[in-house]
Amino acid sequence: MSRTSGAVAALAATGLLALSLSACGGATKSSTDKAASSAPAAVQSGSANPNAATKKGLAVAFLPKQVNNPYFNISDAGGNTALSALGESYKEVGTTSATDTAGQVSYVNTLTQQHVSAIAVSAQDPGALCTALKQAMSAGIKVVTYDSDTDPGCRQVFVSQASAEDLGRSEVDLLGKELNYTGQIAVLSAAQTATNQNAWIGYMQDELKKPQFANMKLVKIAYGNDDPQMSFQQTQGLLQQYPDLKGIISPTTVGIKAAAQYLDGSQYKGKVLLTGLGTPNDMRSYVQDGTVKAFELWDPGKLGQLAAYTAVALASGQITGAQGQAFTAGSMGSFTIGAQGVVTLGAPTVFDSSNISQYNF
Amino acid sequence: MTAPTTAAAGQQPQPQPPLAAGSARGLLDRVLRMRELAILVVLAVMLVATQIDNTSFLSEQGIKDLLLNATILVLVAVGEAVVVITGNVDLSVGSVLGVTAFAAGDLLKHGGNPVLSVALAVVLGAALGAFNGVLVGVGQVPSLVVTLGTLYIIRALDSIWVGSREITASLLPSGYKTFGHDGVSAVPYLALVAAVVLIAVGYFLRDYRSGRECYALGSHAQAAALAGVPVRRRVLAAFVLCGALAGLAGALYLARFSYADAGTGNGYELTVVSAVVVGGVGFTGGSGSVHGAALGALLLTSINSVLPAIGVSSVWVEAIDGILLLLAISVDRVMALRIAGLLRSRARQARTGTNG
Repeated sequence: MSRTSGAVAALAATGLLALSLSACGGATKSSTDKAASSAPAAVQSGSANPNAATKKGLAVAFLPKQVNNPYFNISDAGGNTALSALGESYKEVGTTSATDTAGQVSYVNTLTQQHVSAIAVSAQDPGALCTALKQAMSAGIKVVTYDSDTDPGCRQVFVSQASAEDLGRSEVDLLGKELNYTGQIAVLSAAQTATNQNAWIGYMQDELKKPQFANMKLVKIAYGNDDPQMSFQQTQGLLQQYPDLKGIISPTTVGIKAAAQYLDGSQYKGKVLLTGLGTPNDMRSYVQDGTVKAFELWDPGKLGQLAAYTAVALASGQITGAQGQAFTAGSMGSFTIGAQGVVTLGAPTVFDSSNISQYNF
Repeated sequence: MTAPTTAAAGQQPQPQPPLAAGSARGLLDRVLRMRELAILVVLAVMLVATQIDNTSFLSEQGIKDLLLNATILVLVAVGEAVVVITGNVDLSVGSVLGVTAFAAGDLLKHGGNPVLSVALAVVLGAALGAFNGVLVGVGQVPSLVVTLGTLYIIRALDSIWVGSREITASLLPSGYKTFGHDGVSAVPYLALVAAVVLIAVGYFLRDYRSGRECYALGSHAQAAALAGVPVRRRVLAAFVLCGALAGLAGALYLARFSYADAGTGNGYELTVVSAVVVGGVGFTGGSGSVHGAALGALLLTSINSVLPAIGVSSVWVEAIDGILLLLAISVDRVMALRIAGLLRSRARQARTGTNG
């Protein structure tokens, strides 16, 4: 209901919204879309030598959007694992609030003064960190963004969790398989104006045009505004308006959780399938009791590992961040830098009853 | 001590005024009932029209959903209505709901007794309400400012305490979650809880001396104080009740949504205030009823269910809520002017009657 108020804005401004999910929700927004949008790539200085030896003893600092956030705890632990395997040193610094941009800037400045080898940062704001990060780069520090990007000119490489296209298409594929490619489906999104959501939904609609989805029809896109009560009621509305509805895709962590909780306590449990983007902790009980068969998200641990490997490759001179350069990320294999200096982790991880117990975030 | 005696002394020579006052109260009661009836009619028309458009709207599941959607808002709106009737407002209810929901969840997560965790939420809510009440009642500070302050303070402390932790469905005992969505056929348990609270508070406000005193001090605090109403104690009690109900709502929110984090209940106070105003509880204090507030809550949450069921985009919801709010205030204003005119002309009649 009337949530868009000055009071709410003021609350947000005081930095009290320390939600873990705001981290990865916001992350997806700034990553997938910013990468796709324009703005010139950073001018890359020097040339890369793909055969250069990996340097040992590099100091790599992780600067997440927020420390003590379950999502970033996992991603940074992944970074730590990769760095210790390579013989580098790891540290994590950061603000306790995900909206303390000034605090994040001063952490960048401190790291520049300490002259670390590389910084892996998840930016709270695409523009605010730019001056500080450019200073760091001119001091010879390699800058990698992960999870949430800055403007492309302010870092060397952005490690993206997943592309908008992968996320959109794979959610439709997941639901298609569960429904045997037949029946009416609906989408429960966040706000009608959310760019990341709309980009994903665009790819979903495109995927549905493929011949194998001829018997699947997207009948409605509902918007729950990432509010539990609103998402609940939008789910109820979908089921009442379309009695033959067979499946719902909710590409938002708040939406999928609310829809799952509603289905769980209603007559529709097990009759209407649900998938989308969710976190294993939120969705665990719904997967265990059969309300949800499978959902997806990227693996934050692997994201942190890839950010660490990218930082080390940059600091060792194997890459500079230009398009087309390739590097090896340990057991994860080889990655190639795409347009605008973006490296994509790959297809999202699918969580179901067989693997959900291995994840805790 | 002097105030009651002078009033009594003034009354003794003429038995007329008490009678006039009695009939005025009867009139006011009738008007209030009409006001509630109007909301009920709007609600009924809306639900029936939706049912005609979409026959599955009022199925057993549909009715259950409507009641479940309203329950939490009804509870908080009942508490808020009592505070508004005393001429105050409590803006901290959203923050209280958030912190109590998490507190209940934290206890349950560690294997706590469900009844105990609900009690903890209620007690914590009452304590926070008492803090508001002491500042407003004893400190004589405007409630708008006090509770705006506590809105932020409670939310900040909640954020520091909760941090990035969250209560998810897998951490809660299944019985607690079942309680959140099951019921006796179409009537959910949560709605039964809300109904009991509504009837009890409504009965108290109507038939208890201390309940009537809430209206008196909301109409005119100074006059009520002169008439011997313990203003501070009543205001304190109203805030404690409001806090306790927000706490109960927090525990039930947890049961229903199976989720709580540092942002739970953020901005909820505005929804609650809307429900109270739509329900005909005058913001100037001293008028309205908790039944009206509950109906207002039911109306607002039902609109949010009706629109998706008939396929109207959810972007309209907020605009419609706003229009309803303005409509309700306009109706109240027109009625207040009419009643004032009516009472004046009656008083004139009474005066001419005694003179002649």
